[in-house]
Amino acid sequence: MQLTLWTYEGPPHVGAMRIATSMEGVHYVLHAPQGDTYADLLFTMIERRDKRPPVTYTTFQARDLGGDTAELVKASVRSAYERFKPQAMLVGESCTAELIQDQPGSLAMSMGLPIPIVPLELPAYSKKENWGASETFYHLVRTLLLPQAPAPGTPRATRPEGRRARCNLLGPTLLGFRNRDDVREITQLLAEIGVDVHVCAPLGASPNDVKTMPEADFNIVLYPEVAETTARWLQKTFGMPFVKTVPIGVGATRDFLREVGTIAGVDVEPILSRERVGDAQVSASRSLLPWYSRSVDATYLTGKRVFVFGDATHVLAAARIAKDELGFNVVGIGTYAREYARDVRDAAKAMGIEALISDDYLEVEKTIGDLAVELVLGTQMERHIAKRLGVPCAVISSPIHVQDVPARHSPQMGFEGANVIFDTWVHPLMMGLEEHLLQMFREDFEFGDGKLSSHLHSVAPRETTPQTPRETTRVTDVVPPSDVSGDHQANPEPAGAVGLAEEEGEVEPALRLTPAAGSAAMPAIAQWQASAEVELKKIPFFVRGKARRNTEKYAAAMGLSEISVDTLYEAKAQYGK
Amino acid sequence: MTVAMPAVIGDGPNMGCVDAASGARTTLPVIRERGQHEVFCGLTGIVWLHRKMQDAFFMVVGSRTCAHLVQSAAGVMIFAEPRFGTAILGERDLAGLADANDELDRCVKQLLERRPDVKTLFLVGSCPSEVIKLDLQRAAERLNETFFPRVRILNYSGSGIETTFTQGEDLCLKSMVPHCPDGARDVAAPELLVVGTIADVVEDQFTRLFAQMGIAPVRFFPPRHARDLPPVGPGTRLLLAQPFVSETARALMARGATLLSAPYPFGAEGTTAWLAAAAAAFDVPAELFRRVIAAPAERARKALDRYRPQLAGKRLFMFPDSQLEIPLARFLHRELGMELVEVGTPYLDRLMVSAELPLLPESVQLTEGQDVERQLDRCRAAQPDLTVCGLGLANPLEADGLRTKWSIELVFSPVHGFDQAGDLAELFARPLERAARLLV
Repeated sequence: MQLTLWTYEGPPHVGAMRIATSMEGVHYVLHAPQGDTYADLLFTMIERRDKRPPVTYTTFQARDLGGDTAELVKASVRSAYERFKPQAMLVGESCTAELIQDQPGSLAMSMGLPIPIVPLELPAYSKKENWGASETFYHLVRTLLLPQAPAPGTPRATRPEGRRARCNLLGPTLLGFRNRDDVREITQLLAEIGVDVHVCAPLGASPNDVKTMPEADFNIVLYPEVAETTARWLQKTFGMPFVKTVPIGVGATRDFLREVGTIAGVDVEPILSRERVGDAQVSASRSLLPWYSRSVDATYLTGKRVFVFGDATHVLAAARIAKDELGFNVVGIGTYAREYARDVRDAAKAMGIEALISDDYLEVEKTIGDLAVELVLGTQMERHIAKRLGVPCAVISSPIHVQDVPARHSPQMGFEGANVIFDTWVHPLMMGLEEHLLQMFREDFEFGDGKLSSHLHSVAPRETTPQTPRETTRVTDVVPPSDVSGDHQANPEPAGAVGLAEEEGEVEPALRLTPAAGSAAMPAIAQWQASAEVELKKIPFFVRGKARRNTEKYAAAMGLSEISVDTLYEAKAQYGK
Repeated sequence: MTVAMPAVIGDGPNMGCVDAASGARTTLPVIRERGQHEVFCGLTGIVWLHRKMQDAFFMVVGSRTCAHLVQSAAGVMIFAEPRFGTAILGERDLAGLADANDELDRCVKQLLERRPDVKTLFLVGSCPSEVIKLDLQRAAERLNETFFPRVRILNYSGSGIETTFTQGEDLCLKSMVPHCPDGARDVAAPELLVVGTIADVVEDQFTRLFAQMGIAPVRFFPPRHARDLPPVGPGTRLLLAQPFVSETARALMARGATLLSAPYPFGAEGTTAWLAAAAAAFDVPAELFRRVIAAPAERARKALDRYRPQLAGKRLFMFPDSQLEIPLARFLHRELGMELVEVGTPYLDRLMVSAELPLLPESVQLTEGQDVERQLDRCRAAQPDLTVCGLGLANPLEADGLRTKWSIELVFSPVHGFDQAGDLAELFARPLERAARLLV
């Protein structure tokens, strides 16, 4: 039993849902009780999908447990098949169903449906989401392709003269970090060097597409967490080599192109010489990161203390970029993905630091606090930790939030991805000159308002009472302020992982005149009774300023000299929200 | 079981025009469905309960799924360390129950050391803890021997095999009932207890209105601090603020309390009738009652007038979610003129909605339970102007060209009482208003 406040990964059946929902023509029957449908909203809200996930839940109840839950599975499989007519069906169970041991996969196999059925056994009490995604993808691909497997030892046919090289892109899924945009970016990059993408899977592929995957010359594993197992099986069974370098960052993208060049037998020198490092030219190359990093305004980035945490793929890439491409000091690195602990430990060792392998949010928080970092590169969890500690943060990895699925093209991979990363990571930091001003004139009352730079608006506006000036206000003060716990309790962030927040509301001015001074300056404003002022405070801060103004406007219109609780609500009824 | 007379006082306020007694119909046709339920389980109530009771912590004893659900369900990525967590069961816990109990004790100890401010700890049962028969009742008793009186340990089930969405709150409140002190002993000196979570600001509004009517003392359940439990006895009069607290109401009635039957305080009419039920039970003179509610009720009507043109005549389809569907359908139909196509509810508890059902029009189709695919077929066929549904369905229905209102917001926003009537109407008007604005 493990005490947990937040989890980085969901259970393994959510990984299976990511595969099913990423694909076309696949349906997943999940033996699960009421409540497990919560996972649908990860896709419809965080990803803003316009379709429901292709998942049927059996919804068994306590009263079914003594009876025939197995029949419920069969009925669900049958009606899902009839309604959705999928090309292939995944059948599995969530944590509770695992305990009642109905073997839904075997039950479905015995029903004689005319489509491939993939039984999933994903142990919910020992494994997690990414593992579940990887296993599901592997079993689906294996089920679909095993009938075509050549006899062991059959040599693989070489690419015919004159045909362009073909690859499959493996690993992108929904709820992965910017996977959709990475696919577009890498497809375009490969096209430039004469390599066509044959199938991209799971994202966008159907079972019929998967069946054609061996027609490609090789595979590219974009996200090892999801696709490495499958790629290894394809290598073993069909003799398809696969590209292992993940093209995140300028250096890694160059390495990736070289590896593709070798495996595909294509010439990548023209693109590598255009996208040069060192003397990169703004007009010639698409990759601006090398030049921006060398631009003199970036010197303030030098040696910033950075902590990197997330899934293994993004952490390994981010650490390399931080160190080699932005000139930061990586002071901490870690992952929640135990399956890749060794790779992350090796990377840490190469940088002379210790890796944190943990899915305990509290441990990550403590590490960040202890390391006194200046920039956190992490998941949505680390964004919260960083906010608590008053440290700038950029999100680099799943688990994601609705804001990590931007409308614009915003890849992480390839040369454009590196440009996006430069902008995203540098944005939360204070600009060089502003940092100097803060150090010189730290008693300026406007600097006392918070720790964020002036181009970022503060998240939790101050209350009407002016705050006592803080001693430590600049971001380079690495010791977390001692009043943090009180502060964050008082100013909870508006709920918003899936968009409940209403941050568009007007915020209260940071400093308000006292009532006496206010009435002297603006004689028309009525006095607030103490009880009305207390009532006003109960209104959420993001609409409070508007409520105050509307009430004062109403009082003025009615010729009132005092504002009572009733006036507040009269005004509300008058003006609406 | 003592149930008070229908709440509305004949010679009292006629503003609400509610007359449950004259509603000849007590049974509307109901479709009962059994299939995929696209509704949360009872664990989800933790999302608001942990904010309502500031000295309480909710520890789910369950799987990674439970932990993932509570953090994802309402999108509560809250900046502060949450006052809820999950003791996640691992393979070792499944292997032997003795170990599971030791492990549970260890997790509780770890938590209480970290959070010395916690005064009440709820151990919340889940589907897996129910299926492996981990006895949280006994665990709570055992842990109380160590931690009480510094911390009181209670338990309830939020499991999806036994509870639906808002039933979690009901069972949570019910678990506190045995610990309410004896009080309100005098039947002739009644005390009012309002049951069901409502926003703090709304509690304050109701408290003022009751005080002006001379109704005192008034207490709210759940209280803002879990250790601040209200006394209960034969003098207790229960006024329900939420339609999902039936088990709690029954437990309080078993301790002598009397239930006041009333519609729920949504809209001008509902709030008037709800307050009138209390006024009748406390012998408030009709004239005084009228005087106290005149101004706020008028404000509520004025606020509703603003939204009626947008909502009147619009056709409404409600998927089952929070149990608020029937009272809200009544409000939207009677006070804003919406046409009811289908009103779904996870379960129909006639005791809880006895004063609501007679106010629904004959034409409404009630459904209990769910088969989500068939309900979606009916919804698409009906092409309603507005569909109230959960977050899993909302965007897909929008993409099909239907306008939707996500139902969880109705549980999360201050919507009760006179001064929120306009806000409540606005929540339904906003999707229509938005659709009318957008040109892309």
